[in-house]
Amino acid sequence: MALPSYAGKLETTWYYVYRIICGMILFFLIAPIVVIIPLSFNAEPYFTFSKEMLAFDPAGFSTKWYQDFFSDRNWQGAVKNSFIIAIFSTMISVTLGTVAALGLSRSEMPYKTLVMGILISPMIVPLIISAAGMFFFYTEIGLASTHLGVILAHAALATPFVVITVTATLVGFDQSLTRAAATLGASPTTTFFRVIVPLILPGVISGGLFAFVTSFDEVVVVKFVGSYQQRTIPWAMFSGIREQISPTILAVATLLVIFSICLLTVVELLRRRNERQRGLSPA
Amino acid sequence: MNKFVKQTLLATAVTAAMVSTASAKELVMVSWGGAYTASQQKAYHEPYMANNPGVTIINDDSGSGALAKLRAMKEAGNVTWDLIDMTGSAAMTACEEGLAEEIDHDKVLANAPDGTPASVDFGDLIISPCFVPQIVYSTTFGYRTDKVGSNPPTSINDVFDLEKYPGKRSLEKRAVNNMEWALLADGVPSDKVYDVLATDAGVKRAFAKLDTIKDSVVWWEKGAQTPQLLADGEIVMGSTYNGRLFSLIVEEKQPVAMMWDWQVFDLDGWIVPKGTKNKAEVMKYLKFATDTQRLADQSKYISYGPARASSAPLVGKHATLGIDMAPHMPTAPANSKNTLLYNIEFWADNTDDLNEKFYAWLAN
Amino acid sequence: MNSSVKHSNPSVMVTADGVPLMVSLSRAKRKAKIRALLLVTPLFLFILVTFFIPIASMLLRSVDNEVVEETLSRTVPILQGWDQTGDTIPDETVFVALHQDFVDGYREKTIGSPGRRLNYEKPGFSSLFRKTARKAEKFEPPYQAAFIKADKKWGDINYWRVLKRESGPSTDSYYMTALDYGYNDIGERVAKADDQSIYVDLFGRTFWISFVITSICLVLAFPISYLLSILPAKSSNLLMILVLLPFWTSLLVRTSAWIALLQQQGVINDMLVWAGFLGDDNRLAMIHNQAGTIIAMVHVLLPFMVLPLYSVMKTIPQSYMRAARSLGANPFTAFVRVYLPGTIPGIGAGSILVFIISIGYYITPALVGGQSGTLISNFIAYHLQSSLNWGLAAALGAILLFAVFALYILYDKIVGIDNMKLG
Repeated sequence: MALPSYAGKLETTWYYVYRIICGMILFFLIAPIVVIIPLSFNAEPYFTFSKEMLAFDPAGFSTKWYQDFFSDRNWQGAVKNSFIIAIFSTMISVTLGTVAALGLSRSEMPYKTLVMGILISPMIVPLIISAAGMFFFYTEIGLASTHLGVILAHAALATPFVVITVTATLVGFDQSLTRAAATLGASPTTTFFRVIVPLILPGVISGGLFAFVTSFDEVVVVKFVGSYQQRTIPWAMFSGIREQISPTILAVATLLVIFSICLLTVVELLRRRNERQRGLSPA
Repeated sequence: MNKFVKQTLLATAVTAAMVSTASAKELVMVSWGGAYTASQQKAYHEPYMANNPGVTIINDDSGSGALAKLRAMKEAGNVTWDLIDMTGSAAMTACEEGLAEEIDHDKVLANAPDGTPASVDFGDLIISPCFVPQIVYSTTFGYRTDKVGSNPPTSINDVFDLEKYPGKRSLEKRAVNNMEWALLADGVPSDKVYDVLATDAGVKRAFAKLDTIKDSVVWWEKGAQTPQLLADGEIVMGSTYNGRLFSLIVEEKQPVAMMWDWQVFDLDGWIVPKGTKNKAEVMKYLKFATDTQRLADQSKYISYGPARASSAPLVGKHATLGIDMAPHMPTAPANSKNTLLYNIEFWADNTDDLNEKFYAWLAN
Repeated sequence: MNSSVKHSNPSVMVTADGVPLMVSLSRAKRKAKIRALLLVTPLFLFILVTFFIPIASMLLRSVDNEVVEETLSRTVPILQGWDQTGDTIPDETVFVALHQDFVDGYREKTIGSPGRRLNYEKPGFSSLFRKTARKAEKFEPPYQAAFIKADKKWGDINYWRVLKRESGPSTDSYYMTALDYGYNDIGERVAKADDQSIYVDLFGRTFWISFVITSICLVLAFPISYLLSILPAKSSNLLMILVLLPFWTSLLVRTSAWIALLQQQGVINDMLVWAGFLGDDNRLAMIHNQAGTIIAMVHVLLPFMVLPLYSVMKTIPQSYMRAARSLGANPFTAFVRVYLPGTIPGIGAGSILVFIISIGYYITPALVGGQSGTLISNFIAYHLQSSLNWGLAAALGAILLFAVFALYILYDKIVGIDNMKLG
């Protein structure tokens, strides 16, 4: 929005002040994430910039925290666990969530709001309560301290994201398309894979990414339901922050930021593709 | 998507999870993690695994959450742990609630080299029939030598003296220990501390004393916090476990020294959870890992006192630094002029109640 | 086909196979309904088993009290005949039963649990049960005297009153503790003294901090959402990434970043000292207190406010503002009278969402909250893991959950659950 020509002096000032305020808020959002990147190359074991770093003296920088990370068996185990748990829980939640979203977006769905409310509630219930409940119950049925237990728990927490994103792509989905496919002789399976899937795919993928991140970032439930053999990256970071603060955490954090930039890019591309396909965006 | 695919995926997940647990006999041992588990690994686990090639020991660092998880496992009848490292008081609770196996110490454990039976060698430290003591540790104070000038703190009174030692101090965020120290600093004789604390007036008196430094206290929850705060210079003195201070002073060479006055002794050791599937193997391990030599070996890696009387003369030098460990033990005569023995009985009754009062006091 | 539905009445429309259209239609509708329900069923069952049943069974612990009745199975029924309002302790018959219960309980290692359970109500029960159990096997009748000799607390009527009160299969005492109520010696419910009341204040603090966080989020989110909604798509997409990147970045990463920034030897303090605003020895304490919790949580939750606000603002045509201006309103009036009312659905959605998430937050307060910045969730975790008072943890959890669901319903009323969007 350009400044309108009829703007007075006060309004012109406000126009710039407003932009500066917005800049500061965006800075607040992004600065903490950016600042850890240089800090992770600190040669000293501190969480702040050393004098050498500020003077751009190469002696102040080091990649030893990255070496620490890549050579430590505990961290490697955590990375492996994080991926195993996140991938499998994503598969479960995407499958169940997508199927449920297809049902939810049918106009014939009875008690739609209530059902939706129930299916989304794992997202709303405070994590400590979910964790406590799962801790007792999963111990009882022998799923505690197993990968499967953590995977199921994470899948339950992640399904709401899939349900929400897939339902959102189905808003305005023209049901007559499936009927058209049917009248043209397509079997329900063909209709599903040739008509429905291409339409909801962006939603499914971004729902899947949400699910993946939910599991990948989750620490409370895994700490209660899992045991040391299920230790994930966030768990290792959590105990790292509480017990032995070392810049290795910042190195891990930096790698995770890069990872989330990749995820964000995928989601953005998908969103734009989806909007273009459905003609929702003029761009 | 159909059931078959889902089942396949789940099966793959389970297989992936179990690949590592399928090989030999595995013993899952729960301990505190960090330097402490490392010392057990070196002194007990590695030699044991070398002697018993079929056995793999897995460390589970559940630490302070162990009792909660054990209780839930027992409720569910599905215990997956084989041996748990606990403080004496936690072990006592576990024993009372039927979560731990009772142990005939003389039958299961090794005699001292001179033939003294285990029950005599461990003596009073066997505070519960389920408990196999391992170390004596103490909660004590460390201070920054560069912030106290030529007048270092020597008594518990100095912790409460803001004029002589201005600056922040760190204390653990719970009633235990702090209440006793407050009363001692307020002039209560050490043998009367728990009698006084058992009364409402005594509790008020302890809080009144703590009130005098409340604004200057940083409250810690994990043993690593005080060393970190001392290293960062954020506090002038603080309480923590003596082994943590040892590594800060001796290994990391920080300008910190110990103030041992009224250190609180406590015990840490093993319990065997009821329902372990490897009981015979665990007992075999226990016999090995708590013999005289092994307990003395642990003190090469961490400065906690071995629980057997017969181990004390064998305490040698630090494994990598080569310094004598004996003077760094909380039990060394120079360090133990004034010591307080953690009163397990009292705290078993009063922890919940006094912690509640303590948190209320903190919040007001 | 059922023949009774075949009608000859020409005024009823029938399908090709003779079924009246209405019937056929409603049958088809029912079929479609069932098909829709069938699609939802797998997820519903999955969530039921992996999520709802675990939580419900955990919450039942807040009233469960079976351990006393189970372990003292002989004593409890006889004790019901004892008058706790009198001033004499129970007679020998109760002690005979108690003796048997203790002998059995000691042998089966079950006697410690009711001791710990009752210790929550009155400190002293734990050691009373433990000490007595060790000696009980050697007791000789009369048992009343033997018990009192073993520990004089057995002669104290107040212990008996508590034992009788808490001998039923369920209890309200956890909820009373969670609301800072307790029993006095004669068994009346009374509010706890100030030096013992924690939880009401804690709930209050949790709500207050959540409110502050929500307000700050709103104040910060409003200008940038507005900016995003009025900029051309190209630049707004770019700025949107600045909002979305934190959203997609691990919570632990952001929390560690704030620790690096806020601690006393951290980046911000260093900068302030370097710039001369602060002396080296009076650095600001911005972490391990309420301020730390609020700053870090605002950062974590800000995207949850921006996204709903932005999506509402995008639907408000800019021509409204211009129209108001051309009708003579000054920019401020135009904004307040014309623009602001249109954004209320977004404000409502964002605020409730942020508020719901904050009151149940655990990780960030646990890491940067210190003493004054911990919330109710942290206490639930404490009772689950350290004090092992699971009944109290469940009661606190139930109260928290109740608050969350009340807000959730409010959210549904204002925004509609099916309008929830992400990213």
